[in-house]
Amino acid sequence: MRIKLQNSNIGSEFVKYIERISGETAMRCYQCGNCTGGCPVSYKMDHGPSQIIRLMQIGQDEEIQKANSMWVCVGCMQCYSRCPQSVSAASIFESLRAQALRSDGDHTEIAELPKEFLKNAPQQAIVCGFRKFVS
Amino acid sequence: MSDLTKIPYYPGCTLNTVAKHFEESAAVSAKTLGFELVELEQWNCCGASFPMSANNTMGLSAPTKVLVEANKAGDTVTTLCSVCYNVLKRTNKVVKDDGEKRRVINDFIEEDYDGGLNVVHYLEILRDTVGFDKVKESVTRSLKGLKIGAYYGCMLLRPFEDMGIDDHEGPTIIEDLLKALGAEPVDFPNKIECCGAHLGAGGKEGEEVVSRLSACVMRSAVGSGAELIVTSCPLCQYNLEESQAEVVKNVAGYSAVPIVYFTQLLGLALGQADEMLSLDKNKWDVRELLKDKEV
Amino acid sequence: MPRIGVFVCQCGNNISSTVDTAKVAEEMSKLPGVVLTEDYKFMCSSPGQDMLKETVAKNKLDGIVVAACSPHMHEKTFRKAVEKAGLNPYKCEIANIREQCSWVHHDTTKKIGTAKSIDLTRMVLERLKRNKNLTKISIPVNKRALVIGGGIAGIQAAIDIADGGRDVILVEKEPSIGGNMAKLSETFPTMDCSQCIMTPKMVEAELHDRIQLYTYSEVEKLDGYIGNFSVTIRKKARFVNEDLCTGCGDCWNKCPFKADSEFEHGLTKRKLIYTPFPQSVPNIPVIDKERCPKILKDKCGLCEKVCQPEAIDYTQEDEIVVEEVGAIVVATGYNLMDEARFAPYGYGKLKDVINGLQFERLASSSGPTGGEIQRPSDGKVPESIVFIQCVGSRDESKGVSYCSKICCMYTAKHTMLYKHKVHDGQAYVFYMDIRSGGKRYEEFTRRAIEQEGAMYLRGRVSRVYEKNGKLMVQGADTLSGSQVVIEADMVVLATALVSRQGADSLAQKLGIGYDKHKFYSEYHPKLKPVETITGGIFLAGSCVGPMDIPESVSMGSAAASKVQALFSADMLDREPITSKVREETCNACWDCVTACPYVAISKKEIKNRKGEVIRMVANVNDGLCTGCGTCIAACRSKTIDLAGYTDEQVYAALNAF
Repeated sequence: MRIKLQNSNIGSEFVKYIERISGETAMRCYQCGNCTGGCPVSYKMDHGPSQIIRLMQIGQDEEIQKANSMWVCVGCMQCYSRCPQSVSAASIFESLRAQALRSDGDHTEIAELPKEFLKNAPQQAIVCGFRKFVS
Repeated sequence: MSDLTKIPYYPGCTLNTVAKHFEESAAVSAKTLGFELVELEQWNCCGASFPMSANNTMGLSAPTKVLVEANKAGDTVTTLCSVCYNVLKRTNKVVKDDGEKRRVINDFIEEDYDGGLNVVHYLEILRDTVGFDKVKESVTRSLKGLKIGAYYGCMLLRPFEDMGIDDHEGPTIIEDLLKALGAEPVDFPNKIECCGAHLGAGGKEGEEVVSRLSACVMRSAVGSGAELIVTSCPLCQYNLEESQAEVVKNVAGYSAVPIVYFTQLLGLALGQADEMLSLDKNKWDVRELLKDKEV
Repeated sequence: MPRIGVFVCQCGNNISSTVDTAKVAEEMSKLPGVVLTEDYKFMCSSPGQDMLKETVAKNKLDGIVVAACSPHMHEKTFRKAVEKAGLNPYKCEIANIREQCSWVHHDTTKKIGTAKSIDLTRMVLERLKRNKNLTKISIPVNKRALVIGGGIAGIQAAIDIADGGRDVILVEKEPSIGGNMAKLSETFPTMDCSQCIMTPKMVEAELHDRIQLYTYSEVEKLDGYIGNFSVTIRKKARFVNEDLCTGCGDCWNKCPFKADSEFEHGLTKRKLIYTPFPQSVPNIPVIDKERCPKILKDKCGLCEKVCQPEAIDYTQEDEIVVEEVGAIVVATGYNLMDEARFAPYGYGKLKDVINGLQFERLASSSGPTGGEIQRPSDGKVPESIVFIQCVGSRDESKGVSYCSKICCMYTAKHTMLYKHKVHDGQAYVFYMDIRSGGKRYEEFTRRAIEQEGAMYLRGRVSRVYEKNGKLMVQGADTLSGSQVVIEADMVVLATALVSRQGADSLAQKLGIGYDKHKFYSEYHPKLKPVETITGGIFLAGSCVGPMDIPESVSMGSAAASKVQALFSADMLDREPITSKVREETCNACWDCVTACPYVAISKKEIKNRKGEVIRMVANVNDGLCTGCGTCIAACRSKTIDLAGYTDEQVYAALNAF
C-alpha cells in the first residue's frame, strides 16, 4: 500500500462525521493495539480496531469503508473496557455501520438468512442483527 | 409463607418465547426465596442492543418507554436477559445523567421520566436483596460435586462504569451463587469473552464468527474441567448450544456437556420438580449428569 | 519631596514592539517626585546596570522604578545595582510591563500597550514613594542535616554532606538502608552487579563518623524553619537492643515461624525475627510484631533463649527522639503500582506472572533461587518469557498518564539477564515505544534485539490466561497489524512506578508540595529542580518522579551541594518582606495563627514590670514567614501589615490607577 498524504486527508470530512456521531476522537488513540489484541473478532477483520483508528487519523476514508471490519465487530466492548485512553472502537464501528447503511443500503438480505436461524434463534439476535445490518 | 415481595419484571422479547424455560425457572425459584416477579402490564422491545454511538437518542426512545412503564410499577425493575439488562441500565443512566438527551427523548415519547428507576438483574436480587446465605439455607438438594463453568459473556459486565454489577475482569457473582447451591464452580479463561452474539444474522462471515467464538468458550470451559455450563442470556445459551451441536456432528467421540440457565440449577437446588424447570427444553439434558453425580 | 528616577526598558523589541517606551518615560517625567526618566534598550545589560548606578549616584536619587520584565527575572539585578550606588535596595521597585503587558497585547499601533504601561508604572511609582528602608533578616544556621530515606539517592546525599564535614542524620523506614536499588540484580547499561556497587555505599554510610543512622524509624513531626528545624523521629520498637546485638543470626536461625519476605516481594519467606537481606545495614534484626506469637500472646520466646548477648527485649517500645537540624533532604523513593489492578494479566491469580522487581530478585545471585531463573509455581526453568511494558504506565484509565521512564531499559536488561542464564530461552517484549534516551542506552536496547535475540513486538497485551500449564499471552503486534498469541512459561510485568505510599502525609508534615500523582514538587522544574517551596528542604531521587540510578545519584549530590551552600555561612539572609504585628491593636483572636500556612505565627506574652502577663499578642517568626499575606487578610483588627507591601502602599498604588 502506498499512501499519498495530503492536507485534506487530515481531519477529512468523513472522519469528522464519524467522530461527530460516534462521540470518539481518533487522535486520542496512541496506537498501543490493546483493542486489536483483545478483540475476539480481529482475526477476521481486514483491519483490526486500532488500524481502523489509524486509518482515521491519516484520513484514509475509502480504505476504512472498504474494510469488512465494521460488519464483523460484535459490539462486546472489550476494546473499550481495556483501552488505556478510553477510546471506544465499538462506538466507531457502530457509527461506520450507520453511515454505510444510510449511504449504501442493507448489508444483510433478510431473505437470504437461513430459515433455521430465523426459526430457532432468540428474537433478540434477529432484532439486534437487523438493527446492525439493515438500514 | 408471608406475603411475597413483588418485584416488577421486564421479560423482553425472548423470555416469553425461545427462553421460556429461563423465565419459568426464575419465577418458581423466586417464590421459594420469598419474592415474586410481576411482569410489567405493558412493555415493548428494548431494542436488543444499546446504541453505542454518541448520536443515539433515537435508539434510546424504545428502552426509555420500557423504563416509563416500569416506573409506574415501582422503583425497581428486574430482568433476566443480560442484553435487556444492559440496554435498560445504560439507557436509564443516560436519561438520568444527560439533561439534553433526557429532554429530547421525553419530548419525543411524550413522557416525563427522570431516570430515577433502579434497574437490577435477577442475580443482583439474589445477592443483594435475598442474600446468598439465605439462598444457601433454602437449598434442599445440594449440587455437591457438580463442576460448573459460569459463562458471563459481555453484556452483563461491560462497560463497567455503566453496569457495575461485578468486577468486569474477574466477576464471581454466578460462582458465588453456585457455591451457595453446593456446587463447585470452575474458573475458565474465556468466561467473559464474547460468544458471537447477533452475528448469526450477519451472513456467512458472521455465522463463522459465532461458531468459532462459541467453540472457543466451550473449549475453554470444558478444558478447565467444567461438566456443565450455566448462562445468563438467551443468546449466549443459543450460540453455545448451536456451536456444541456442530462439534457433536463433526467430531466423533465428543461427549457434549449440558448448557443450562443458572435459574434452572437454582430451581433444582431449591427442590423444584423437573417439569417446573423445563429441563427438557435444553439441548442436552442435565438430568443424566445429575444422576451420574448422584445429585 | 522625593527624588525618583524612572527607567523604562525596551527589552530589544520585546516591549517596544507594542509599547511606546519613550512615551511612557515622558509621561512619568510629568509626575511629582520624578526628577529623571530614561528610555533604554536593555536595562539588564552591563551597560544598562552601570548607567543605572551612575545615574543614581550622580543625581542623588532616593527611589528607582524600573519598568521592565517580571520582578522574578531581574528585581535582584537592579536592587543589587542601586545598593552599589549607595541606596537601600528596597527603594528599587519593578513595574512589569513585559509579561503583564507587552507580551499579551498584539496592537502594533502601541495604543493599548502604552496606556497600560503608563498605568502600571504610575502605580508602582506611587507605592515606591511610601517605601521604607528595609534590611535583610539574619538568622542563625544549625549546620546539621537530616536525610529522609536510605535508598541510593538518600545515601548519596548523606555521604556527600558528611564528607563536607557536616553531621547528618539518615532516617530510614525499613529495618535496613538500601532501598529499591539493593534489590536489583544488575544495572543497565553497564551490567555491573547492583549489590556490588550498592553495599560499599551502605557500609560507607554506616561507618561514616558524621552519619548517624536511624533505621526502622519515621519522621513524625517537623517544627521550625530553614536553618532551625526541629524533627521528631519515631524509632519503632525492634524488640532487639541495638547496642547488645552482634548480628550473629542465632535468633533468626532458630525462629520457627515464617512470613512472606517483603524484600523478596513474596517470592520466599523470612522468619518473624529477621533482617530484610543478608547484607542489611545495620545487621540487626527486628521482630515482626504483627505476627510474632511471643509479642501477640506471650508464647514461644525461643529467640530470647538462644540470644547469647541477651539483646532480645520483648518489652521494648517505640522511642521518640527530637533532633535539631538546619536542612533536610527528602529522598523517599518510589513504590511499584499495586498489581491488583491488572486483572486481565492475571497477577496474583497466575503464579508465574510476576513484576519487574520480582524478576530482579530471581536474577540476583543473592535472591531466592541463587540467581537461577525459575518459575515461582514449580521451579521449572522457563523456555520462554514474555515481558510486558507500560503496565499501568501511560494508562490514563488507571490514573497514570506519565511514562515510568526506567522500564524500557530494565526490560531490555531483563531479556539479557535471562539470555545469559538460559541460553536456549526466548524473550519476547511487548512495548509501545522504546524510550532509551541516555548515554549508551539506545545502544543497549539495540544490543538486546540484535545480539541477544529478544523478540520485540510493538503493541499492548490484552490478556494473559492459562491453558494446559502454559501462560497464553494475547496481544497485538501493531507493526504487522495482527493479533498475536504467545505460549509462555513466565510473564514479567513492567509495572508503573508510583509515589511512595504515604508520600502525601509526609509532604503535609514537612510543608512541601506534591502533584496529583503525589510526587514531590520542585520549586522550579528546570531551574530549581532540587529545591522545594519551603526553604531548607531539598529533594532527591524518585520521590520527585520516576528516575534511574545515575539521575538519583546526581540529584542526591545536587541536594547535598545545596545543603553545603546553606551551611557555608553562620548566618542566613532572608528577605525582609515579612508580616509585622502592631501589638497595641492586636486583640488576640488568633485568626492569623489558624490562617498561616507556614506556622510562622505564635502567641506572645506581654508582661508588666512585675513580670505578670497582662495580655497576649500575635508574634511573627521572621525565619518562617514567607510574606504571603494570608494573615493580613484574616486579621480583623488590621493589626498586621506586610513590610514592603503595607496597606498604605497598596492603597496608594490602587488610587494611582
